[in-house]
Amino acid sequence: MQKKMAYSFPDEVLEHVFSFIQSDKDRNAVSLVCKSWYEIERWCRRKVFIGNCYAVSPRMVIRRFPEVRSIKLKGKPHFADFNLVPDGWGGYVLPWIAEMAGAYPWLEEIRLKRMVVTDESLELIAKSFKNFKVLVLFSCEGFSTDGLAAIAASCKNLRELDLRESEVDDLSGHWLAHFPETCTSLVSLNISCLRSDEVSFSALERLVGRCPNLRSLRLNRAVTLDKIANILRRAPQLVDFGTGYYAAELQPDVFSNLAGAFSSCKELKSLSGFWDVVPAYLPALYSICPRLTSLNLSYATIQSPDLIKLVSHCPRLQRLLVLDYVEDSGLEELASSCKDLQELRVFPSDPFGAEPNVSLTEQGLVAVSLGCPKLRSVLYFCRRMSNAALVTIAQNRPNLTRFRLCIIEPKTPDYLTLEPLDVGFGAIVEHCKDLSRLSLSGLLTDHVFEYIGTYGKKLEMLSVAFAGDSDLGLHHVLSGCESLRKLEIRDCPFGDKALLANAAKLETMRSLWMSSCAVSFGACKLLGQKMPKLNVEVIDETEPPDSRPESCPVDKLYIYRSVAGPRFDMPPFVWTMDEAVRILH
Amino acid sequence: MEGSVGYDNDLNLRATELRLGLPGTEPVSIVRSNKRSLQQVADDDCGVNGCKSDDQNETAPPPPKAQIVGWPPIRSYRKNNIQTKKNESEGGGIYVKVSMDGAPYLRKIDLKIYSGYPELLQAIENMFKFTIGEYSEREGYKGSDYAPTYEDKDGDWMLVGDVPWEMFITSCKRLRIMKGSEARGLGCGV
Repeated sequence: MQKKMAYSFPDEVLEHVFSFIQSDKDRNAVSLVCKSWYEIERWCRRKVFIGNCYAVSPRMVIRRFPEVRSIKLKGKPHFADFNLVPDGWGGYVLPWIAEMAGAYPWLEEIRLKRMVVTDESLELIAKSFKNFKVLVLFSCEGFSTDGLAAIAASCKNLRELDLRESEVDDLSGHWLAHFPETCTSLVSLNISCLRSDEVSFSALERLVGRCPNLRSLRLNRAVTLDKIANILRRAPQLVDFGTGYYAAELQPDVFSNLAGAFSSCKELKSLSGFWDVVPAYLPALYSICPRLTSLNLSYATIQSPDLIKLVSHCPRLQRLLVLDYVEDSGLEELASSCKDLQELRVFPSDPFGAEPNVSLTEQGLVAVSLGCPKLRSVLYFCRRMSNAALVTIAQNRPNLTRFRLCIIEPKTPDYLTLEPLDVGFGAIVEHCKDLSRLSLSGLLTDHVFEYIGTYGKKLEMLSVAFAGDSDLGLHHVLSGCESLRKLEIRDCPFGDKALLANAAKLETMRSLWMSSCAVSFGACKLLGQKMPKLNVEVIDETEPPDSRPESCPVDKLYIYRSVAGPRFDMPPFVWTMDEAVRILH
Repeated sequence: MEGSVGYDNDLNLRATELRLGLPGTEPVSIVRSNKRSLQQVADDDCGVNGCKSDDQNETAPPPPKAQIVGWPPIRSYRKNNIQTKKNESEGGGIYVKVSMDGAPYLRKIDLKIYSGYPELLQAIENMFKFTIGEYSEREGYKGSDYAPTYEDKDGDWMLVGDVPWEMFITSCKRLRIMKGSEARGLGCGV
């Protein structure tokens, strides 16, 4: 009887049911139920997320999902953010665009992170997708404003153009004028990364003025303070705004004009930008502060007293990014004023200075952990830490899901006891049962990894630097962390044993990065040989790894699972351990 | 002299010296060329961050630490922004020490981040929790026991506010909030 019911359920009904299932994980689960569900699901999947552009080939994606409208791709490993991945390593989007141009004429959305995007790719996007709506280039590079001009000119229904934190060859601000007068569809525009001082301001003003649905606008440094009021008055419906420079000689009429413009934005909830701030202009924001949920002051060199004043006006703040000028005193004020705080990021103002330039210590973080019951996500740069503080933080905030601590000097011990910080981080993983992301720093032995392997069952991403004593540390993590997807390690004494003993684990993860560790070339070759579903890449800019004995450690190692096999766009300083390719090399 | 190196010209007083430490260990002597003026020794209390000589030309600076690639883990985007700021402000901020008579420690501020005197004075008021009086060209700062002064390039102590702002930030070497009779004396308008 049940079999009959299953077959009598029309495909259209199932398709309709599946359309309510948006999450990738759930979609993947649906596709595994039975062959017919697999078929129905693949034809109606509209969104694909590919966490590693080399894990699968464009053709494979197109073959399985023929009707995709939205694609999200990630390229380089995370440590590329810190200059650990040499230029030219890879992550090119052009092959994807080229394949999709033919296969997905109705593609609407492309979101890329850490990929190399050329003007050619942008021009191809502009030409190929008639209904293109969303382009997000997060931390990408390789293109210029010429490519942007092509997008602006051709994409008649463009809704989002977000270039956040990308490196753009800023040839001319004129590209903005390429948006036709008929373009009124923009909802989000983020050009904050453009560095030149020329932005065609009149073109920008007109564009903003004719897009009534514009919700998010992030300007770049070229836009001076006096111009902000003009922009805001044309877009009082903005929800998210990024200022340009927030500095000028204090003039009462400019101030009151600015304050008036801000107060007319009744929906404004999120602010960012603030390069070069003159504190006297901050009160212009006071009228909107009570509504603010997100504030990014991480480029603003404002001192603690001014920060305290501003923050005390923002009781609804959920997200705060700030420089360490905030100091412990500022964080204490934050803890007492902002009970809705969920995310805090404190960046160093003088990361390379030998001595502390501000009074920011572990105390500030402890205060926030005590005062902000909803705190889930922390990124904190500081110069000293203690086990006691970490234990307190863990006990105060078991609801933490992301905890990234960077003690600036590598291998810094507990400043009170001079012991390693194993116990402190151990408390974090033990108490914070939903912790999914963790970054370690300070003096750490193998013990911390034992704690992590024992308690970090929900841990998905772990970043490790200058820590551990032996392979045992790595073994604890690989054998204990059941949910681990991304592991990145630098300057740790981890070698062959743990890696080879846990080779199978690597197929359950997205990727593993190890640089300046103790993994030998021989072990890399062995791994490449034994695990055909892993791409094992050795990166060495100085000389080929086989010009040295096999027992020599490799400089950098990047291992990721892939069904596409070894890639063929590797530069000369990247060697694949895939036996067949290596022999041909 | 058994067990110790013989010095031809020296009396080798070291061998007869009483000192802590195991026999055979040499005490490490750190030679500092602390050529500080008397004035500075009197004024220069320990800063918040410990007793460090900030005057670069007085002590031999420690060799700069070799920077580790990619550490601390700050995104290039952010680093470039800090760098751009530093370049734009012609090699960094103008940091000067600020002392206040009666306060146990000094502070340091970057004059570049203020756009004029009102802001600077406001910041100093906040920092030391006091109020400066009203400025007038004739009478200096009235209405408070304090007067903000600064030492200029020539080594003279001037009242803050007398010269145009741009001239001030390029000639100011350090700030001092004077109190009491000294303060009143400066604004005397002789």
